[in-house]
Amino acid sequence: MAKIDFEVPVIGEYLETPALQPAAMAKSAPFKASPQHQQALGFPSELLENWEEVAIAKLGELLNKYESLRVYLDACVKCGSCSDKCHYFLGTGDPKNMPVARQDLLRSVYRRHFTLGGKLFPKLVGARDLDKSVLDEWYSYFHQCSQCRRCSVFCPYGIDTAEISMAAREIMDEIGVGQKYCNEIIGKVHTIGNNLGLNAAALANTLEGLEEDVKDDTGFDIRFPLDVEGADVLLITPSADFFAEPHIDGLIGYGKVFHQAGVSWTMSTYASEAANFAMFIGNYEQMRKVALRIRKAAIDLKVKRIVVGECGHAWRVAYSFWNTLAGPFDFLDPNYPVPQHIVEFTYDLIQRNAIKLDKEANDHMRLTFHDSCNVARATRMGDRPGGQLALPRAVIKASCNHYFDMPADTIGEKTFCCGGGGGLLTDDLMELRVKGALPRMQALRQVQKEHGVTHMAAICAICKSQFSKVLPYYDFPMDTIVSVHQLVSNAIQLGAKT
Amino acid sequence: MSIMTVSYALLLYAATVIFALGLCYRVFTYARTPAPLKIPTMPAPVTRAGVVFRMVREVGLFESLFKSSKWTWIFAVMFHLGLLLEVLRHLRYFIQPLWFWVVLVQPFGVYGGMAMVAGLAGLFARRLLVARVRYVSQPSDYLMLILLLGIGGSGLAVKFLDHTDIVSFKAFVLGLLYFDWQPLPANPLLLTHLALVSLLLIVFPFSKLLHAPAVFFSPTRNQVDDARERRHLAPWAARLERAGGEV
Repeated sequence: MAKIDFEVPVIGEYLETPALQPAAMAKSAPFKASPQHQQALGFPSELLENWEEVAIAKLGELLNKYESLRVYLDACVKCGSCSDKCHYFLGTGDPKNMPVARQDLLRSVYRRHFTLGGKLFPKLVGARDLDKSVLDEWYSYFHQCSQCRRCSVFCPYGIDTAEISMAAREIMDEIGVGQKYCNEIIGKVHTIGNNLGLNAAALANTLEGLEEDVKDDTGFDIRFPLDVEGADVLLITPSADFFAEPHIDGLIGYGKVFHQAGVSWTMSTYASEAANFAMFIGNYEQMRKVALRIRKAAIDLKVKRIVVGECGHAWRVAYSFWNTLAGPFDFLDPNYPVPQHIVEFTYDLIQRNAIKLDKEANDHMRLTFHDSCNVARATRMGDRPGGQLALPRAVIKASCNHYFDMPADTIGEKTFCCGGGGGLLTDDLMELRVKGALPRMQALRQVQKEHGVTHMAAICAICKSQFSKVLPYYDFPMDTIVSVHQLVSNAIQLGAKT
Repeated sequence: MSIMTVSYALLLYAATVIFALGLCYRVFTYARTPAPLKIPTMPAPVTRAGVVFRMVREVGLFESLFKSSKWTWIFAVMFHLGLLLEVLRHLRYFIQPLWFWVVLVQPFGVYGGMAMVAGLAGLFARRLLVARVRYVSQPSDYLMLILLLGIGGSGLAVKFLDHTDIVSFKAFVLGLLYFDWQPLPANPLLLTHLALVSLLLIVFPFSKLLHAPAVFFSPTRNQVDDARERRHLAPWAARLERAGGEV
């Protein structure tokens, strides 16, 4: 664990709403994108000379392109229902981390330039001109939003702060102020095909090594195929699954499930990434460009189905946006949902008794489940609303004997973000990440005390990475976090006839 | 015809026109702006009928607010329900002969007025006393509550303190409707009430009161969860696609 130059919050008996601590996180800001990172995405390399003008013009353009932005900037009545719902506010006490205050950073400028009230009586309605100090605030606080949409659940008008922060980040990219972490990664996906910059040879090598390891472990020839033309299933999974812990144990789980199901499958070197960080910067064109790689891989490999691995925002992009961005997928088998989540795939096999799971294999763990924000609030699994909450639990419960939910107001649609979503999973935001994890850590502590829970399963690469890093700050072992398909992997009976 | 009657007649006409045109323009811009991506807050209904039901719960019961803050919900319901009853009760000034249900609603209307004022007082207190809400409040947020309190208060005062001649007031209102102006009773409380209502109508399309029409255009609430089944493409996104070529 790196040196800590901030105070780690103390987990209390209950989650308390903190007292306001103005400017507590004013200094938090991620590294800025270098000119090369900016240029790679077609953004200006540095702050434009006439940036104010360009920013206002961009805001005007977005107001005409996004109903969400236009409606949400008008609709807020400042009722305050969102004000105690954001994990970053709960963890930091900084009032600008209240969703309404975060929106107001942009709304104030919108009012000044686009509304009569703001033009005539700026002081009265909280309107302000866009200047350098406002821009600095934007850069700081719009990078303290993980776009988890918890606030949108509680807003009487459904105002979604993610839409606002995406618009703000898009405006900032447009004037030459990009975030290094996201923009560098998106550039890598465009050129190499995944967030990590893992080239085809390295990927093939990794997967071969994995096959050997699993063979040693299980005695079975579990394949992790790459670029197999004519396979039935194309698996699109976050590249963290290729080597990070506990992600890779999930990938092994997918492999075993495909093996037992007898389904031919492949991954692609061209589209070796489920993540789509372009969503975090709110850029439709970039998001589409990343999504189109997957369409091309599916066509080139002549697959019949696409299955998506464990990744929260990726499943949001896949489930909610792919059909829009890269559809129609009329070249795939219409008998299966496009795309299908690996949990849907495994759940279906369990329902049909097509795989056998030995729950006792996970008896060394007492489990809970962290609903990933994007999965819970921005997607679905199965054919009924809420399937995205029910199916992962069903798969976990089929794989273990000891399962306990965390408190009801911290799971399901009310789940707390891990603290690292929305393009904030970078070491330059460590203080924010640790503090933002407080609500989840509190809930975890509660089930640890009440039910002796030892492990928390997650269904998102970002959540897994974030928790591996943050858990030790709260005195939980790093390996408390496990993959959902890691549990399946432990429990699945290979070679068993069903 | 007194100067006062003429000024109030003109004020009320102007306020109504600004309200109607302003609101239509806003609704038009909301309706015209596309939602390029599917962003319903999940779990969301998978059918159009389900979305209608969700919207009815949201608008009629303030479902999301109920999940969020019980106190705010109670005050908000008191205010909005009270306001609704009062608006229905006030129909008696616009309709001749009275519809059956407008007669029925009359005795409840007064309680509506009281609930409205009490609810507003609660919301005002919350805005002032809860540090988080105070932090995000602008002067306009307080003024809006004061304006509504003024309307409710002056209305109740007309009823209880200085009862005005409602028969001649109704004649005035019907006169406005049929462009056959009749004198307006010179009751200071009534005049205050009318001036404040006019002000409310005028600021409505330029203020946060737009939350009323806006909620119907909120993509997180009005979209069907069917992204996998139906391809959703905004006109500008379709143009982008054509320009970008096929893969």
